[in-house]
Amino acid sequence: MLYDIMTVFWRDWLVLKRRLGKFLLSRMVAPMLYLVAFGWGLGRSIPATTTGGSYLDFLVPGILALNSMNISFNSVGPSLHTARMYHKSLEEYLVAPIKPLAFIIGKIAAGTLRGILSSLIIVAMAYAFGANFHINTLFVSVVAINCIIFSALGFITAMLISSHEDMGSVNTYLLLPMSFLCGTFFSPDKLPMIFKAIIEVLPLTHTSTLLRSIGTGNEVSLVSLAILLMYVVVLIGICIWTMHKACK
Amino acid sequence: MIKIQTLVKKFDKRTAVNGLNLEIEQGEIFGLLGPNGAGKTTTIRMLTMLTKPTSGDILINGLHIGRDDEKIKALIGVVPQHINLDQDLTVGENLELHGRLHHMSESQRKTRTMELLEYVELTERAYDRVQSLSGGMKRRLLIARALMHQPKILLLDEPTVALDPQVRRRLWDLIRRMHNDHITVLLTTHYIEEAENLCNRVAIMEKGKLIALDTPVSLCQHVGAYVVEWEGDIGRKYNFFTAREQAADFAGTLDTTTMIRHSNLEDVFVELTGRKVIG
Repeated sequence: MLYDIMTVFWRDWLVLKRRLGKFLLSRMVAPMLYLVAFGWGLGRSIPATTTGGSYLDFLVPGILALNSMNISFNSVGPSLHTARMYHKSLEEYLVAPIKPLAFIIGKIAAGTLRGILSSLIIVAMAYAFGANFHINTLFVSVVAINCIIFSALGFITAMLISSHEDMGSVNTYLLLPMSFLCGTFFSPDKLPMIFKAIIEVLPLTHTSTLLRSIGTGNEVSLVSLAILLMYVVVLIGICIWTMHKACK
Repeated sequence: MIKIQTLVKKFDKRTAVNGLNLEIEQGEIFGLLGPNGAGKTTTIRMLTMLTKPTSGDILINGLHIGRDDEKIKALIGVVPQHINLDQDLTVGENLELHGRLHHMSESQRKTRTMELLEYVELTERAYDRVQSLSGGMKRRLLIARALMHQPKILLLDEPTVALDPQVRRRLWDLIRRMHNDHITVLLTTHYIEEAENLCNRVAIMEKGKLIALDTPVSLCQHVGAYVVEWEGDIGRKYNFFTAREQAADFAGTLDTTTMIRHSNLEDVFVELTGRKVIG
């Protein structure tokens, strides 16, 4: 099983290694814009938060959360969708003597690696922009869990959706609203009750909240951590189901 | 050996395979012939476990599909109709990935990759990306990939579709060489010539059912070894005869231009189904 996971991961690593320079460079663009526009530009006109930090300090965990979400989802989703629907190279794995779970974990691990690599870039850039936040093992773990969740979501989407256009719709209707609303640029506490309730259900809200509290050295919400882990279990369960459905 | 028993596959209301029974002996090249939509690809997909049967059993070397899938997957090599190579990898890396997926050791992978690239004449393209290969090269690489883990059974779905005649003949040579290596080959095709040239036995399928099964020669003899062909009032007409003399005698009674030739699998198909094998 572990060998098979490594094989699936090896293939994606091989492809990433070949484009590593381009990958890292392209991943700097969006966070750089966020940091300049919201951190420097808009952020300077926003008064310091109650905890004493600047808006930039508030913003960085949110950007880390939304960026790792986008990168992980888009590392797994579109490429797996193409492999399933157009190149049909997914069949190479389906006819091989490996467990479906090995394929799922290998793909999610590859998506997570990409998410973490791009997060490292943001951390470096955030420090360069003068942000203050603490990074510890739990902080990295929460980023990794967020990557796992959205890699798994990318996997499921790729396995269920049949048209390339609909893959784009998931980005538009699911990821984009989450990017802006899930405690990334502002606290969801300020939203009306009904919106707040919906947003509280979404995983990215909990990632933002957790990263922010760990980053500022505040108390960590175990409920948020439990919710994220629950998402991991449920989504991987759905991934397994989609693999069985692939051979109908 | 492959044993298919009362195999059925239904997609919603459409029945793609309808009670198929088939036994394929070890080491033979067996052809599934029929027009598009006959159920050939669905049969191959059930044998490769990409599609689940609605009912019926498939046994491969005594192992049961549905129960022993991982063991069966190690025994079979699959050459799909669609060129499903990994476009982001090189020629060598495609073989390497396949070797890893079949748990081959590093030294086995290296040796086998070199052997197979030579076998399919792609050694010089080992480090090229798949995207840069011609259609024929990609097909050859698909075959090399399927042979990487030294399968006992090779399943090929329309292996020469959309290839020009020279490339097609090169692939036939490759498949014949596998026969010499005692690999059981099951291939689907809608090219009559391919079935006649390659296969020890041929099963003709139509609308999900088996309508004939024998050696190509016996199938042709069954309808008559000789054909008289002429232009009738409403299209071409055919009459079958067991001996050339009979055919010549009959041709002599017609007051139009006739052609006497050996019968082929196309004739068998037309006789059995009343229509031509059209892709």
